[in-house]
Amino acid sequence: MIAEHQSEPAGDGGSLIQIEHLVKTYQLGEFEVHALRGVSVRVSKGEFVAIMGASGSGKSTFMNILGCLDKPTKGSYVLEGIDVGKLSRDELAAIRNKKIGFVFQGFNLLSRTTAFENVELPLFYGPASNKERKAKAIEAIERVGLGERIHHYPNQLSGGQQQRVAIARALVNDPSIILADEPTGNLDSRTSVEVMGIFQELNNNGITVILVTHEPDIADFAKRHIVFRDGKIRTDRTNTSPKVASEAIKEMPLIGADEEEAA
Amino acid sequence: MKIFNILLSAFRALQRNKMRSFLTMLGIIIGVGAVIAMLAIGQGAEYSVKEQIAALGTNVLMVFPGAQQQAGVRTAAGSATTLTEDDALAIARECPAVQYISPGAFAGGQVIAGNLNWSTAIQGVGSDYLEIRQWPIEYGDFFTDQDVKAAAKVCILGKTVADNLFPESSPVEQTIRIRNVPFKVVGVLTRKGQNAMGQDQDDIIIAPYTTVIRRLSHWPNLRFVLISATSLRDMPVAQKQITDLLRMRHKIQAFDADDFTIRNQTDLAATATATTDILTILLASIASVSLLVGGIGIMNIMLVSVTERTREIGIRMSIGARSRDILTQFLIEALVLSLLGGIVGIILGIAGSSIISSIAKWPTIVTAFSIILSFGFSIAIGIFFGFYPARKAAMLNPIDALRYE
Repeated sequence: MIAEHQSEPAGDGGSLIQIEHLVKTYQLGEFEVHALRGVSVRVSKGEFVAIMGASGSGKSTFMNILGCLDKPTKGSYVLEGIDVGKLSRDELAAIRNKKIGFVFQGFNLLSRTTAFENVELPLFYGPASNKERKAKAIEAIERVGLGERIHHYPNQLSGGQQQRVAIARALVNDPSIILADEPTGNLDSRTSVEVMGIFQELNNNGITVILVTHEPDIADFAKRHIVFRDGKIRTDRTNTSPKVASEAIKEMPLIGADEEEAA
Repeated sequence: MKIFNILLSAFRALQRNKMRSFLTMLGIIIGVGAVIAMLAIGQGAEYSVKEQIAALGTNVLMVFPGAQQQAGVRTAAGSATTLTEDDALAIARECPAVQYISPGAFAGGQVIAGNLNWSTAIQGVGSDYLEIRQWPIEYGDFFTDQDVKAAAKVCILGKTVADNLFPESSPVEQTIRIRNVPFKVVGVLTRKGQNAMGQDQDDIIIAPYTTVIRRLSHWPNLRFVLISATSLRDMPVAQKQITDLLRMRHKIQAFDADDFTIRNQTDLAATATATTDILTILLASIASVSLLVGGIGIMNIMLVSVTERTREIGIRMSIGARSRDILTQFLIEALVLSLLGGIVGIILGIAGSSIISSIAKWPTIVTAFSIILSFGFSIAIGIFFGFYPARKAAMLNPIDALRYE
């Protein structure tokens, strides 16, 4: 069921992400930490990739560079034709704003700030007008099915709902990729599957999703698996029959559903 | 990020921590309020001093005996015996720019009327004195030129003296004894109130200077001559004429100093204003210290806020905030705090000033200048003390900030 993934030859214009010989070295006191030791990978538009690996394998560093939060020491990272490695701090911020939507393990919502205000936050840093901003924020919240809780505060929402707010925030600026770092790490298994369902739905609508996880169950929902080990890609293969969240949820016991609704 | 959005974000952030925002503002509120109130007190004092001096009459000149400096030794003005009655009469005769003139003498002592007594100052003046001071009689009459020439034992009473010596009856036509000399009361002055120094101007008895000199003080020379010029414009002319005349009469050589001093209201006002200016500056600088402490309070809270909101900063950076967006956000937050504090402080300062006015009976004036000054000062404090924490926030590494617990 699982076949080796074939990297397409260099030079085609179809790749969303083109990474060549990426190296990242940290200076920790006297020691050099080689977090990434030459990683080359391509991701096309519309893919659903799970990045896996043990802690220390370099997957977090890779994720940070992918998310333009960090710059590579060597190698090139081209995102939609832009060589991100050569950009300044402010230009990187602009890329993060327009092209990347982050979803974190700990949700990372602003506390004492309503779902709506959290979701419209990225638009504050772009050119959107007030009207546009409000319309887009409402649209994104409705897309993740939280239309009724639009003015709730994070502490009035369950974990799953908070993560959906975070996904709405990631979506609001129509990014090229959604980067999800252990998005189900703080959720129970049923809610995890529900959240994966949202990612799958977004992916079916053409959004590229890159997911970091160490749980094979979660990775099964993705269409491609990249496994990191010691700063290198160990395996990169297509998952020919990913699990479908909407079907998986039917087979699950209803534990946690009450909690979700009670919140 | 657009300025409106920055402001909106700042307001939301401050709203999330209402109590803390309020306490931070409190420092600025108290500081600005204190500065406004202190300046109002100082300026009120200055105003009332000027009022009092203007009330003396703006075209009034005073001549005192005694040189300002004699052979390098300063003697107390008034201690010299150089100003005589003849000098005063000569000024009246020979200086065309002089309108009214009143020679002056002082005495003090116990005054007895019936079984009541009172200790007060007795001023000996000429018959034009009230014209110069522009001080009307409430009832009765002022003494005449005849009374002055005859050194008649007549007097008029200030309101305070009249109230204390004659609480029930009218003092006019009654006899009082000043240091055992009987004087007939011919009139009572209208109430003039306190002067700038808080002295009761109505605690006075006015009698002909001739009588005061001969019967009470036994000091043959004049203590002062009060003169009014024909008009405000003629003040310098009058001053010149008097100086020339007195120098001639006193046979002062060309390079010697005057043996008298002429002072006009402008000089008096300048002296008095200098004193109240010092008061104003002193009060305002004490108040500024509290404004400064308020500013440090803002910096303190903003630093705490940056640390506490490290994760928020990381989130904002991850979704596209540039360093300068974070910098402006925190700077604007500090500025909003200090501005709001400034506005509330101004209102509080104005309210406080009027409370001080009504309770302590001290005149206070809130000027546009003091409002603009303290408002500008609070903006400056917001920027100055907000910058360091804001820069600290903007310099954070997004990855570290996101991982911060």
